[in-house]
Amino acid sequence: MTLNTFELPDVGEGLTEAEIVQWKVAAGATVAVNDVICEIETAKSIVELPSPFAGTVAELLVAEGVTIEVGTPIISVEDAVSGSPETPGDSSDGAPGPELPADEADGAVPVPDMPGEVATPAGGSAEPAPEPEPTPGPLVGTGPKADAVKRRPRKAQGPSPRTSEQQAGSPVGRPSTPPATIDAPPAQADLAPTAVRSDQVQKPGASLLDPINQLINRVLAKPPVRKAARDLGIDLADVPATGSTGEVTKQDLLSYQAQRDAEKDGADSFWKDPTRLGGGRVERIPVKGVRKATARAMVQSAFTAPHVSIFVDVDASRTMEFVKRLKASRDFEGIKVSPLLILAKAVIWAAARNPSVNATWAEDEIHVKHFMNLGIAAATPRGLMVPNIKEAQNLSLKELALAINELATTARAGKTQPAQMQGGTLTVTNIGALGIDTGTPIINPGEVAIVAFGTIKQKPWVLDGEVIPRWITTLGGSFDHRVVDGDLSARFMADVASILEEPALLLD
Amino acid sequence: MSGSRLPTAEFEAEDMVRSAQIAEAGLVPEPEMLQVLAPDGVLSANLSAEVAGSVVDFSPYLSSTDPAHLRSLYRDMFLLRRFDQESTALQRQGQLALWVPLTGQEGAQIGSGRALEQQDYAFPTYREHGVALTRGVELTEILRLFRGVTNGGWDPREKNFHLYTLVLAAQSLHAVGYAMGMQRDQLSDPALPPAATIAYFGDGASSEGDVHESMVFAASFDAPVVFFCQNNQWAISVPSTVQTRVPLARRAEGYGFPGVRVDGNDVLAVEAVTRWALEHARSGRGPVLIEAYTYRMSAHTTADDPTKYRLTQDEQEWRPRDPLLRLETHLRSQGLADETFFEGLTQEARTLAADLRAGVLAMTGPDLADRFAMVYAEPHPLVQEELQLFRDYEAGFADEGTRD
Repeated sequence: MTLNTFELPDVGEGLTEAEIVQWKVAAGATVAVNDVICEIETAKSIVELPSPFAGTVAELLVAEGVTIEVGTPIISVEDAVSGSPETPGDSSDGAPGPELPADEADGAVPVPDMPGEVATPAGGSAEPAPEPEPTPGPLVGTGPKADAVKRRPRKAQGPSPRTSEQQAGSPVGRPSTPPATIDAPPAQADLAPTAVRSDQVQKPGASLLDPINQLINRVLAKPPVRKAARDLGIDLADVPATGSTGEVTKQDLLSYQAQRDAEKDGADSFWKDPTRLGGGRVERIPVKGVRKATARAMVQSAFTAPHVSIFVDVDASRTMEFVKRLKASRDFEGIKVSPLLILAKAVIWAAARNPSVNATWAEDEIHVKHFMNLGIAAATPRGLMVPNIKEAQNLSLKELALAINELATTARAGKTQPAQMQGGTLTVTNIGALGIDTGTPIINPGEVAIVAFGTIKQKPWVLDGEVIPRWITTLGGSFDHRVVDGDLSARFMADVASILEEPALLLD
Repeated sequence: MSGSRLPTAEFEAEDMVRSAQIAEAGLVPEPEMLQVLAPDGVLSANLSAEVAGSVVDFSPYLSSTDPAHLRSLYRDMFLLRRFDQESTALQRQGQLALWVPLTGQEGAQIGSGRALEQQDYAFPTYREHGVALTRGVELTEILRLFRGVTNGGWDPREKNFHLYTLVLAAQSLHAVGYAMGMQRDQLSDPALPPAATIAYFGDGASSEGDVHESMVFAASFDAPVVFFCQNNQWAISVPSTVQTRVPLARRAEGYGFPGVRVDGNDVLAVEAVTRWALEHARSGRGPVLIEAYTYRMSAHTTADDPTKYRLTQDEQEWRPRDPLLRLETHLRSQGLADETFFEGLTQEARTLAADLRAGVLAMTGPDLADRFAMVYAEPHPLVQEELQLFRDYEAGFADEGTRD
């Protein structure tokens, strides 16, 4: 007597799930091979499933109306004591029977306990048995497969450099999960990836950007981060990774969650909950504080200063390299460095070469400032603010970086003091932080120029007659035409652009 | 579920245009459909028709008077249907990745397959299980392909039965090329027996450019090839009325060779017409197109659901025209086969199904290391090195693994 379990097969080409529409048998019923046991509905059609076993139905493992993934055990059938004459093939059918429980165990192991996670966790449990197994278990899921949930452990010491190199990644599509480890308690199973990781550490350099790893599309993250993601119901593949080897860090996960929650909170109730508006359908928000000041300043600027806006596309690849080197350098340890820093430095540098952009229109006079109070537009809880960095022209690159960081932190915390926003001479607005390419900024009142910094992303770029991917950004600038005419604004923007293209020019 | 998501408006517009076209097409006269065994089991004595302007008598090619032969044709069709059912069940049980059923087309396949001589060479689609049976291909070998454990399944040269071609209509070009090769072999060695190829395809594939190209070449070179089109009325979900404005058999006129429409559910007529066509081709008189008019009683493949695009009523209309049914009626009414014969056949089919199931369950996946032997005909140093690399890698796992 053997208990055979039938797993939901892929009855189409690449189907991943199906709904049990109706059971045609009940527990205790006698079935022969090819007797119809149930009707399932897939994304393609309603299909009758014939029994692969003869015997007595022991249990229906899935209720009607439930949608399950391919590979899920749906029925168990107890072998007849002696093969019924109706199904002579059944005796040979029984032979592979003992193998089937292994598959079943595989599918039954709760996937969340498995260390290591695939990019699409949904498919994880649908992979009970590796295809090229010599055992005659059913093919079951024949469509696209998720990776095995766990890597096979390697022998402790790579015998030759050649093999250890290959060791870096588990082979693509390689089935794993030997039966021996399946029964291991989760704690013990957790050790497996650690072993793999230390394995990788032994091979400096070679494995960091393992192409095979990228092929199998595994999101890198440390086990606690994986667990946290699972607990929060977040797919790690959705989280922007910033770790040094491309892994998702705890911080990444937390900020992703914060952002997601913020979006969810507002979005869910926005259309549906008019009660909080006091019965009306229009929400009235009093204009005051920063919003009021911003509005007044913008109107004043837009309707008194004739704006001229110009744009330039810049290959910022060298800026990106420079930023990367700065991040790695000991001098800048612990300091946040971003392309905005280079832009700020470039604007200061270019203003010295084109002084009229750093000025004020005073009706019958133009006041050119021989100092730079560099404004940085910042989104804050209270609205848009433009605090400025005083005497920015005197700051070294490192000091400027510190100043920008402090300014941004203070602004985000909503603690910017009025004094910090006064006396600006030229403003930079980093609209690229939100992924925007460019825009036409409005000049901060009292100033005559503003530079908008678009997002930096890889784009096709023609270099020496060849199209290659480069880090491209768009600079936008608005100028008060009463002070800065087209020629001057163009030269100023070209100067800023030249620094982003070649930051080494800052050394002259 | 998915039906409600279809952009029905578009389909309706298309249908209106199409029905207008079909009404027009109705003016084209339907060609005579050759038949000796009527759906009611009544057998005509002889068979003749006008083909390409002259009257052809197919009677010499009929083997309808030999009871043993009739029984063997029935046996083939009966076992074939059981094979089809068991394979469908195996797919539903997760043992095959896909299955391509042929129920309804047994007459066209067994009839044409049995007409082939040893030296003839058949080029199948992926549905020619009946032809495979007549060529002596092990039926489990076919299932190896559908289980995904082999790229082919059998040695085509042993049985003169080419590997299944999954690319629609590609095999019609292969068949013409092979036929032209046979032509040249004959010229260099007149002692070789005259031979022909037969290219199987469906009404859907007839819309492919490959079929046109192969027919142009075959006509130009008088290649010894028979184009055997099983018009089963459905190119997956597209009815053949959308595939062609004239009966498919009449397309041959345009290429300049004879075209015949035969009742594909009449195994005897199919056999006779195919014998005639093969002889026509072997004797150097060029290609022939046979349109075997039949019906696909089940789905296109196990991944298809015909209830989404055709009415059960259409299937019901074809049911009385079943190829097995009419031959059984004939055998019984004429006293050519008794109950023992039919019972024995049922038992034989049961054994076949059981063996088939056991065979499939015992199939093992190919060893990845074997792949290295399939790169070059002879050992190659680089491939050998890569094989060693692979073995080292496989040996580097700490656990037992599932394979050596």
